[in-house]
Amino acid sequence: MTTITESYVRPAPRTARIDWSPYLVGAGIGLLSWIAFAVFGDPLGVTTAYSRVASLFAVPVIGPEAVAQNSYWKSMPLKWDYGVWFLVGIPAGAFIAAVMSGTWRLELVPEVWKERFGPSIAKRFVGAFLGGIVIMYGARLAGGCTSGHGISGGLQLAVSSWLFLAVMFGTGLGISALLFRKP
Amino acid sequence: MTAMMTILGPLGMGAAFGFLLQRGKVTNCNVIENQFRLRDFTVLKVMGTAIVVGGLGVLLLVDTGNTKYYVKDANMLAVALGAALFGIGMVVYGYCPGTALGAIATGSVHALVGALGMVAGAILYALSFDWLKAHVLNVWALGKVRLPDVTHIPDIAWFAALAVGAALFFWWIESAEAKQKRS
Repeated sequence: MTTITESYVRPAPRTARIDWSPYLVGAGIGLLSWIAFAVFGDPLGVTTAYSRVASLFAVPVIGPEAVAQNSYWKSMPLKWDYGVWFLVGIPAGAFIAAVMSGTWRLELVPEVWKERFGPSIAKRFVGAFLGGIVIMYGARLAGGCTSGHGISGGLQLAVSSWLFLAVMFGTGLGISALLFRKP
Repeated sequence: MTAMMTILGPLGMGAAFGFLLQRGKVTNCNVIENQFRLRDFTVLKVMGTAIVVGGLGVLLLVDTGNTKYYVKDANMLAVALGAALFGIGMVVYGYCPGTALGAIATGSVHALVGALGMVAGAILYALSFDWLKAHVLNVWALGKVRLPDVTHIPDIAWFAALAVGAALFFWWIESAEAKQKRS
């Protein structure tokens, strides 16, 4: 009896209420790539522009002098170019999509993490922060992320990007098996 | 007018990308975590379709002289190390840089915390750039090479193999998921 009530009362998981096929979405991103290449001459990518913007945040941390002198930011200075406006567009589009599908929701600790590491918000925030450091350092070292390497580089059959895809998925599977192994 | 387009163009592209990411469910951290746990294949379905559809269109655009390739440098050591870090970060954080930006706008507060971590990661990368350039970035650097260049297998054969491989893999996944749903 309780299970019936529970399944009736408990809302469907937020993702279950989005009914777009992943193949349709993938084809849409592929089509977006055509426009990015042909119209803008700038393949889809996220982390290059992210790095440019990060120099703004670096000013109070390491000082304006150090940022101006830094050889990496000299080669990649802050400018409001295609990539940065693209970056601003991503949350705008995701927000519209979430509101339209009724899946906008405050999330402090995601389900999968909660099942494995418990409901502690502090623990999740520390994990997300450290994970964020590692993922961006890796993305800069590799020269791109899941968008720039994975999709844009993958579809160009770039050697660098297919190496990225193979190593990224391989490491992810291994780390995931370690982190989520049954106790 | 053109100045307007250099902002609205990329902004619209980013918004369309963010919209698709949310509708593809990949702005949800659980979906990404479960891909690496082999419980949900949404990420591979989206990326695989995007690569095949995008790649065939871009190949046609290049062949007709409407765009060119924007291939990233194959600094094999740096790409491999970066991709490995990226894989670790993606499992711990639960997002890649693009989907994280989308997730923030759908209400995931922990994604915002991780985005600050990504800023820290970008700063750390800029600070270590000189050392990396001297010791890592030029190790086994092949330049901007593509798989057809190094294998002498033509583009169209690569895409035929990719499309057939992806179709078989997705068909297998779909039938396994359908069977699981029935039981």
